[in-house]
Amino acid sequence: MSPGTALILGALSPIAHAVALELADKGWNLILAGRDLDELEKAAADLHLRKGVMVQAVEFDALDYADHGRFWQNLAAKTPDLCGLLVAFGVMGEQEAQNETPELALPIFSTNYTSACSICLHAAKTMEKEGRGWICGITSVAGDRGRATNYCYGSAKAGFTAFLSGLRNRLTPAGVKVLTVKPGFVDTGMTYGKKGSGLAVPPSKAAQDIVKHLFGKKDVIYTPGFWKIIMGIIKAIPEGKFKTMKL
Amino acid sequence: MAELPRKAAEGVGGWGRFPLSRTTFLRPERSSEFDLVPGQQIVRGQGRSYGDAAVCGEGSTILTERRSRLLSFDQESGVLTAEAGTTLADILSVFVPRGWFLPVTPGTKFCSLGGCLASDVHGKNHHVEGSFSQHVTQASLKGGVGGWKTISPDHNEDLFWATAGGMGLTGLIRDVSLKLKKIETSYIKVKHRRARSLAEALDLFNDPDCDDTYSVAWIDCLATGASMGRSVLMTGHHALRSELPSEIKDPLEPYKQGKLSVPFDFPSFTLNPLTVKAFNGLYNMMQSRKTEFLTHFDKFFYPLDGILHWNRIYGKKGFVQYQFVLPMDQSRHGLTRILERLSHSGHGSFLAVLKKFGPEGKGMLSFPMEGCTLALDIPMKKGLLEFLDQLDEVVADFGGRHYLAKDSRLKPKTAQAMLPRLSEFRLAAAEIDPEGRFRSDLSRRLELLP
Repeated sequence: MSPGTALILGALSPIAHAVALELADKGWNLILAGRDLDELEKAAADLHLRKGVMVQAVEFDALDYADHGRFWQNLAAKTPDLCGLLVAFGVMGEQEAQNETPELALPIFSTNYTSACSICLHAAKTMEKEGRGWICGITSVAGDRGRATNYCYGSAKAGFTAFLSGLRNRLTPAGVKVLTVKPGFVDTGMTYGKKGSGLAVPPSKAAQDIVKHLFGKKDVIYTPGFWKIIMGIIKAIPEGKFKTMKL
Repeated sequence: MAELPRKAAEGVGGWGRFPLSRTTFLRPERSSEFDLVPGQQIVRGQGRSYGDAAVCGEGSTILTERRSRLLSFDQESGVLTAEAGTTLADILSVFVPRGWFLPVTPGTKFCSLGGCLASDVHGKNHHVEGSFSQHVTQASLKGGVGGWKTISPDHNEDLFWATAGGMGLTGLIRDVSLKLKKIETSYIKVKHRRARSLAEALDLFNDPDCDDTYSVAWIDCLATGASMGRSVLMTGHHALRSELPSEIKDPLEPYKQGKLSVPFDFPSFTLNPLTVKAFNGLYNMMQSRKTEFLTHFDKFFYPLDGILHWNRIYGKKGFVQYQFVLPMDQSRHGLTRILERLSHSGHGSFLAVLKKFGPEGKGMLSFPMEGCTLALDIPMKKGLLEFLDQLDEVVADFGGRHYLAKDSRLKPKTAQAMLPRLSEFRLAAAEIDPEGRFRSDLSRRLELLP
């Protein structure tokens, strides 16, 4: 018997697709959501053919906050066993361009923070009421400390991380799991060919970590795990020193 | 379209790690990202062709490793449509447990669908089931001009047969539809037979007793005199449920080490120094001239896949795969001449794989033709290239042809003379890619296109 249906937002990201494969392995049915419906249909076909679970593709625009409530309610009404939410959408942009043209930073804030929190709030209402479910948010190691190279993105992820912490605090009594995932370098289009990408792990490795902890005890994970140590060191650098460093 | 992330790369070659080139990798993920890029380019699947076919030096090399989704499967016809970056290994892992198998497979499962079509690969069943492209029902292609086109044996057929075996030079291959075949079990019923000479080996290929779906011979290139060409012929077919012992509960089970006792592990299709001793062991062990056993398909088709990166055993200099086919009526005489040259050349102790091909397919640049093919790997060392140039002449004299997917060192004149339909191919390529956007180091080296 299927454990339920999970909604994957930003389902075309390589990490999200890999998590979807892992969830399907455990029998979860899936709803893939994002902006490019044609491409989502392909991802849905792939998951269904490989794993035999039920997979549907739906259109979702993270920036259309006004529609989030209807979007969630509609899916929840049609899918009584909908009890999982993965928020995997996000956009990094180019920090230098944002420095030059501040308007470019706005969608970075709104996509990574406002939209992510908004949809979680809608899902949380249902899950809290039903007393079951899980919400998994993909944030970033970039949210652990602001750096000159990607602080707009990093600050939005930091906000989302703090939001998830509070959401967890709220939903724990209801028996709803909230998992915060902070990926380091994962080998995706976001990191491909960039400095440091030699440390990148394949999306499948990140997905195994995520799904393992989604149904495990931890609340906040780094993937791969060694980023916890790296970020521990980076966070420990005194601000007076940090502000002069190039990272 | 947003600009794709890119990575400058040096020392990029094929599986033979010779020759090497500098290129820029681009790695599209979504369909919208898989498109023409500025300048010259070639698509690279898993980089399992041996030479320089999947590298565009000083240009763009488009990777399909992130384009590997299964798109549809028709349970009735067995037709699977998947993105061109999907590997054969991936297809096997999903479809063998459901009772389906690849219609044609080369000696590695770590290659991509797109690469298999572009190289029009063959397998041990060529004599009965032809090459890969004969089982492709359609593909989608985008050349240097125009949008995405559906190509198939009965729609845009010239373009289809230019693309099958066309080494990626007609454009981007996005999706491939392949007709899988039904199997009852994941096991192969194998027979080994010993041949004491080349003549005996060639006779065995035609012996009705050796008539089976798969056939290939492992040949000792060191043996001279009367035993020159001594070989072990292996034949096999997909075992029926009734041919499996009752202790195997799941007839379609995936490969597990040591489930059945096999008389001998038989490395095949691509061979290397590790296998020299193995051959002698096997040959000498075959007291009776015939052995029969069951083995898992994975062991039968992909013995070297278990040794990841086995190509590295040859060291930094790399190695050369030398594979050619001779027409049937020239095979006996031609192979004898070539084996004589090989055994006297001093170019290492190596083994080779001999296989009888069935009728030629329709791919304009496809390798297989009716006759016998011999495949060797030879470690790169001084004097080898000169020696192989001489060998090329012998192959040419006997009306033979080389396999472009394995080539790394042919000369333009020799290669072109072996491709009787090259002018037809050039016409098709000029139409779909008038500006010459699709070029590889191979196409430049062999001057296949202007």
